[in-house]
Amino acid sequence: MSKQKYPLLTISSEIEQPYNYSLGRYGGRLLKELKHNKKIVGIKCPKCGHVYVPPRQVCGKCFVKMDEFAEISNKGNLESFTVVYFSFLDPETGQKRPVPYGYGRIKLDGADSGFLHFLEESDLKKLKIGMRVEAVFDENRTGNFKDIKYFKITKERNPS
Amino acid sequence: MVNEEIVYHGRIKVPYSWSVGEYGSRFFYELKENKKIWATKCPKCKKVFTPPRKTCPDCFVPIGEWVEVGPNGTLITFTIVRYSAQIHPIPPPFAIGIIQLDRAETGLVHLIGGVEVEGIRSGMRVKPAFKEDRGGSLLDISYFEPVE
Amino acid sequence: MGQRVAIVGTGQTDHKSSRKDVNGVELIQEATARALEDAGLRRQDIDAVVIGNMDHFEGINYVDMWSIDGNGGLHKPVMKVTTGGTTGTTVAIAGYYHVASGLFDTVLAIGWEKNSESDTTAAIITCADPFWERPTFGGAVAGLAGAACEYMHRYGITERDAALIAVRDRKNALKNPYAHLRKEITVEDVLNSPMLAYPIKLLDMCPRSDGACAIVFASEDKTKCITDKPAWVHQVSSRHNFTFFTDVERAGRMPTLYEACMDIYKNEGIKNPLHELDVVEMYVPSSFAGLVWIDALGVCDEGGAARLVSDGVTEMDGELPINPSGGVISTNCIGATGLIRVAEAAMQISGKAGEHQIDGAELALATGFGGCQWSDVLLIGSSKPN
Repeated sequence: MSKQKYPLLTISSEIEQPYNYSLGRYGGRLLKELKHNKKIVGIKCPKCGHVYVPPRQVCGKCFVKMDEFAEISNKGNLESFTVVYFSFLDPETGQKRPVPYGYGRIKLDGADSGFLHFLEESDLKKLKIGMRVEAVFDENRTGNFKDIKYFKITKERNPS
Repeated sequence: MVNEEIVYHGRIKVPYSWSVGEYGSRFFYELKENKKIWATKCPKCKKVFTPPRKTCPDCFVPIGEWVEVGPNGTLITFTIVRYSAQIHPIPPPFAIGIIQLDRAETGLVHLIGGVEVEGIRSGMRVKPAFKEDRGGSLLDISYFEPVE
Repeated sequence: MGQRVAIVGTGQTDHKSSRKDVNGVELIQEATARALEDAGLRRQDIDAVVIGNMDHFEGINYVDMWSIDGNGGLHKPVMKVTTGGTTGTTVAIAGYYHVASGLFDTVLAIGWEKNSESDTTAAIITCADPFWERPTFGGAVAGLAGAACEYMHRYGITERDAALIAVRDRKNALKNPYAHLRKEITVEDVLNSPMLAYPIKLLDMCPRSDGACAIVFASEDKTKCITDKPAWVHQVSSRHNFTFFTDVERAGRMPTLYEACMDIYKNEGIKNPLHELDVVEMYVPSSFAGLVWIDALGVCDEGGAARLVSDGVTEMDGELPINPSGGVISTNCIGATGLIRVAEAAMQISGKAGEHQIDGAELALATGFGGCQWSDVLLIGSSKPN
């Protein structure tokens, strides 16, 4: 057998797959409220009383169906955050996501658990867990979670 | 409850790469540089694999012996594709089949061309039609065509 | 309770940044061949194969199907298991279930990954809900960073406290010939490395590795013929959490890891894990996680991890060594990573860990972590389980 070294071959390509994601009636309700009314709604479990945002059909803990929507404030607490500095490929766009950007877990008044969303602030020195935040809506809303552009830090004091 | 059915149209676009390994690299190098098709032969069961394997899947022993196979072979089976899809290498109708090259025991999947699709038969003797401009891929062979 | 099962052989590849010399099948075959050799078995002796990785990352799906030539599964039953970061430990648990069921005597469990061939962060992001969480989610790094930020806030620990974990694991890797990164680092190196997502810096975080691992599980009868130093599987436990990252309970110890550990301790009769366990191979993808999750092992009070680490309790010569192999911070071929924890735990029990052997190890814990905060835990021991 020949002892010749052959150049090692590596092929490179991209997987590109479109997909459709049905929001369902529960997620759709929140999006409708965001788009038309600049309001946020959650849903309450009839068994444990937990209020979830975004609304969904089933309480994960109790495994019961929920149908009591609850109006949620546009204001809440920043429960955790990070500022992302490293540039990475966003699989949705196939492009690098612009950095730095701040995002965190926001628990709005009236809800029992939080959700992830963008923060206006990306300066680490200006971010602290427990800060009060408020939703800033996009002027052009299309019925997307990004109808909330981001959450801004307010000067309000956290009562807890 | 308001009947609100919203569908989000999204996309996943992620890059990937795939190293073919030393054995695969040699196979494609030989295709590109020398228009030759090589296989590997298990020292234990003597089975000749193309594309070449580094280890025999059955005996699970390392394979070190290379044998040249083809270039001609026999068309074992084929199908004619008649619908369009972005992923297809050429527009329909086109034929794709499994070719057992002379001296090999496994099949190679490739396009069958140089002939009207209605004229293709299982059991036909075929030979590779190499491209002039080769880059080191299976498509360095445009298709397998009937041996006259 | 199922039948008794032991680990009778393990194999790992020499983990590297990039293995361009082999394709996926060949990489898998290397680890499989080493495990068979370690067990003194042939491919023909195996009854079934369980295999997993982060399916689709390398641009190819259905690993159970395309890897047959290399996974030993020709003309045998083969099952794919893929559970994100926990893939390796879930593969181990599935291998164990096969034998514990009494339906199979010898089973190969294989995990692998060629991280160099995927865009790891982009691909990991696809695990997040496409609409509600994907737009913000910044992959494993950012997800772990948010959790780290919270832990720092709650217990007052610092980046310096976390850096000790990375220093410990990277030092231990020097004694592990299979490890990917084998270069010592200092706390200052960690603190000065580039910030990826606050508070996680480059040297706080695991690398991306190419590698594979395979383990042979055997029934009690088969084990007798194979080895006189088996590593018995005493307990396995697994816990998952909510769909959305943000619904996961945040106060207190990491819920799924804590629950899985408590489940195991209860079933095994362990009252004081800090004293009763001899070694832990812990899935630690970032130094901060390495701190936060020590709390969840139940070996200290909540928030007590930093003190345990700085007191040297988790060093190789400490009361409870953690990651003598160098852990995930030294080697991370994702689909294999969890399985390597189990293999290393088994090697400790069977006395096969070479330079990084913890003398007299008789009870070892192996943990796995999945991106949305789920956990696998296995307890491996030298004595035959009840």
